[in-house]
Amino acid sequence: MINGTVVDLSRVQFAATALYHFLFVPLTLGLSFLLAAMETVYVTTGKPIYKQMAQFWGKLFMINFALGVATGLTMEFQFGTNWSFYSGFVGDIFGAPLAIEGLMAFFMESTFVGLMVFGWERLSKGQHLAVTWLVAFGSNLSALWILVANGFMQDPVGATFDPVTMRMQLTSFQKLIFSPDVQSKFVHTSIAGYVTAAVFVTGVSAFYLLRERHVPLAKRSLRMAALFGVLATIGVITLGDALGFVAARVQPTKLAAMEGLWKAQSAPMPFNLIAFPSQSAQKNYGMVQVPDLLSLLVTHSLDGTVLGIDALERQAQRRIERGIPAVQALRVLARDPTNAAALARFAAHRRDLGYGFLLQRYAPNVSQATPAQVRAAARGAIPPVAAVFWSFRVMVGLGLLMLAFFVLAALYSLRNTVQSKRWFLKAAVWMIPVPFLANECGWLVAELGRQPWTVFDVLPTWMSASRHSVAYMVFSLIGFFGLYSIFIVIELYLLVRAIRLGPAEPGGHGMLAGPTVPAAAYGAKAQG
Amino acid sequence: MGLYATLQVIWWLLLGVLLMGLAVMVGMDMGVGAILRYVGRTDLERRVALNIIGPHWDGNQVWFVLGGGAIFAAFPLLYATAFSGLYMVMLLLLWTMIMRPLGFEYRSQIERPAWRNAWDWVLFVSGAVPMIVFGAVVGNLFRGVPFHFEWDLTSFYTGGLLGLLNPFALLTGVLALSLAAMMGALRVMNGAEGALFQRARAVVQRAAGAAIVLFAIGGFWVHAMPGYRLVGSPGPGVPQTPLQQSVVRIPGAWLTNFGVHPLLWLAPLAGFGGMAGAWLAARADRSHLGWWLGALAWIGVIGTAGAALFPFMLPSSADPSMSLTLWNASSSKDTLLWMAGFAAVFVPLILWYTSWAFWVMRGKVSAEKIARDEHAY
Ligand code: HDD
Ligand code: HEM
Ligand code: HEM
Repeated sequence: MINGTVVDLSRVQFAATALYHFLFVPLTLGLSFLLAAMETVYVTTGKPIYKQMAQFWGKLFMINFALGVATGLTMEFQFGTNWSFYSGFVGDIFGAPLAIEGLMAFFMESTFVGLMVFGWERLSKGQHLAVTWLVAFGSNLSALWILVANGFMQDPVGATFDPVTMRMQLTSFQKLIFSPDVQSKFVHTSIAGYVTAAVFVTGVSAFYLLRERHVPLAKRSLRMAALFGVLATIGVITLGDALGFVAARVQPTKLAAMEGLWKAQSAPMPFNLIAFPSQSAQKNYGMVQVPDLLSLLVTHSLDGTVLGIDALERQAQRRIERGIPAVQALRVLARDPTNAAALARFAAHRRDLGYGFLLQRYAPNVSQATPAQVRAAARGAIPPVAAVFWSFRVMVGLGLLMLAFFVLAALYSLRNTVQSKRWFLKAAVWMIPVPFLANECGWLVAELGRQPWTVFDVLPTWMSASRHSVAYMVFSLIGFFGLYSIFIVIELYLLVRAIRLGPAEPGGHGMLAGPTVPAAAYGAKAQG
Repeated sequence: MGLYATLQVIWWLLLGVLLMGLAVMVGMDMGVGAILRYVGRTDLERRVALNIIGPHWDGNQVWFVLGGGAIFAAFPLLYATAFSGLYMVMLLLLWTMIMRPLGFEYRSQIERPAWRNAWDWVLFVSGAVPMIVFGAVVGNLFRGVPFHFEWDLTSFYTGGLLGLLNPFALLTGVLALSLAAMMGALRVMNGAEGALFQRARAVVQRAAGAAIVLFAIGGFWVHAMPGYRLVGSPGPGVPQTPLQQSVVRIPGAWLTNFGVHPLLWLAPLAGFGGMAGAWLAARADRSHLGWWLGALAWIGVIGTAGAALFPFMLPSSADPSMSLTLWNASSSKDTLLWMAGFAAVFVPLILWYTSWAFWVMRGKVSAEKIARDEHAY
């Protein structure tokens, strides 16, 4: 039987490294598009300042990009190193999007990013622009494919368990990639990246405006980012709403946790604006409610209802009971794959196999499970409510804050008064960490809300981890924490330094030689 | 052969192609990292060497990422068993590899010599260590890895911490490093002039010589080593698990395939020929030709390993009958078919635009330009 501490340590390691990877990814996703937009303006209008913009923001892009690549490398192999049962069990489906991501997206982005940096002198204007766009498309395609993989874990469509090979197998590739969860997730996540980049560019530009440095570049950058930001924030909120709608259908436990809904209620249901959920007491303390809002939000109607945790627990208990025969039959099939009686028994109960697995944590031999163990397993089928509830509220709150922020930014910038609004410029600098926090919270909602499953309703997290010793896991965790801490310090140092140096003004000093000396653009390489 | 078995073989071959891509392209960049401190005596020389591979290292690295992804998609049980079993080795690989992107991007951002010197060491470690690990892992495949499965295919690794660092694995590890250093030095020759060029040429010759000797020793070693042989299995193209076959260990069994198909001897021949050819080409200052011959050497070496191991992917020394073969570790027919479709479209496309990128950046890298341009690597 697997050691619970090993599972917990594997979870901490995965969560930490993934959250860390996602500190760098959103900026890559969004900034690549902004770079492409700036360069497009340069190529169509011929104004050199837009080239200077593309090169300056490109420099910051590359500092961030390096860490996105480095931390992504770990992610790619972590499923095998730390989640080996998981990898063998769903690799037939889950591995495909990861490989396609490499074929379709990483190769494209990484090959062209080299040309984007080193190719200013060697490519024609049009060719370089095309290269920059390909980098942007590549990064967004990589988000698409990794989210197809993640979408499968949230809503495992297009696959079925095969007792002969003892794993999930692909039944429909189309279903896998066109699952509604994947679609809305992809759009929400990539747009969240655009929001992130828009806040970043707005904030850094505000910093220059406050100090009255690089004013023309900063004003133009701020305006582009503010307009991009208004649209993106509206998009992220719309799609967030769609995600909640999907969750209500495919993962009622996640939705109940997001809303702190311990007991089913009749329509129209109130929305818990503030509450302090307690998992052990199964109730909320200190609630502030808005009447009718929940029904409206998640079902888009006044008479819709969603299940409460009490009802979901009862449902889980019934499925656990039906899952027991599935596990028993599977054990027979492992020895004797053609046993007709076991095959028939398995076929009748296969839908609930995952719930039988869930029970194994509490009763290693499911045939001897006591009613108390079954109840404990059913209770264990509910995600950690308080964490999901609050991550969700923080994300949504920050989203609304950013919407207000961008509306102001766009207004001031279009009226050309932004430079005189010093309070706003100062606030804009402080806004820079906000989208990063919102992104991390979003993933906490998505992944904590999926617990106790790695593949929803199919494979419990508890079974998925590799059988390492605690010592190995502690060792690797310390190693990752150590390395990653050093990395972030170096990155922030370089980023802040590059921002302080700023873009070079024509003829002046600074990070980039200005348009008067185009040959010395950063990264430029000698002609052969 | 049915469709499923054909797909399994196609994916086994494609995996080989990916490993060759990884060895040639990533190996070359890592080789440059490993020899950087030796071939570049001044900061400027080191920067020239780095800027030669600068525009391409990231694209090249995707061969490694794709290698991982393709094993996951086409041989999930191999991905699961190998990477968890070789945990410590994988950590060593990952921890050194993730320092490399930072080494490239951050080294030349600040001019302080201590800063640059530190990153040069990082590039050395993140070039040399991963190549030794790659080679050592392949070496361990010949010896078998101590793992077994439970009824539900949960895998357990029963070896110790250092079991993977045995003499044969060290030999293959150093072989991989030599080939990488040779390719890296050839690439530096392509883009450099003067003293850098001369030193790189010396590296090519030494590395190629070492590789020839190591490859020959490895060949004799394998000759006598106990190999694995599949004596009973559900057969190719039949859905199965590793719990349904029997495998025996026989001294010299790794040479069986060469006996049955003598044409396979072409692989080691290509290996030796490529190494010797690269040596000669470097001597004649024909580094472009030398690079292609070096690639041929890699193809020969990896081809030799694949030909010997077929159909095994990860032999188990703890319970040989639970060894992973391409028949029992592969994905289902549908997945292999879909993935083959994607590969058929995208692999040629990748080769096409990668060549274009190299063509755009062709030619020598000039030291004066880099010296003036504070923003090159
Ligand atoms: C700038 C970042 C940002 C902002 C402002 C928002 N989100 Fe978000 N959200 C994300 C960034 C994000 C994310 C990091 O991209 C997540 C994590 C997983 C995912 O698919 O996207 C996410 C996940 C996520 C999920 C869980 C998806 C799942 O279960 O798989 C829901 C229900 C929402 N979001 C809903 C919202 C709503 C209603 C918002 C209204 C303001 C909102 N998000 C703003
Ligand atoms: C980069 C964005 C992501 C972040 C920030 C993130 C975050 C997290 C977090 C916080 C957990 C921990 C849940 C817990 O410990 O209870 C987790 C678990 C997990 N996530 Fe993600 N995730 C991300 C993307 C993905 C993707 C794209 C996949 C799949 C392709 C994935 C697969 C997993 C797996 C296998 C676990 C298992 C560990 C567990 O459930 O505890 N994650 N992730
Ligand atoms: C948890 C599962 C994940 C894995 C296994 C993974 C894997 C990787 C890898 C291997 C890289 C480096 C690619 C290179 O060498 O160039 C990378 C970078 C990147 N990843 Fe992730 N990633 C994960 C999560 C995510 C998520 C959730 C997103 C977006 C929504 C994302 C988007 C990106 C982007 C934009 C980059 C940088 C671009 C690039 O290098 O091509 N990743 N990731």
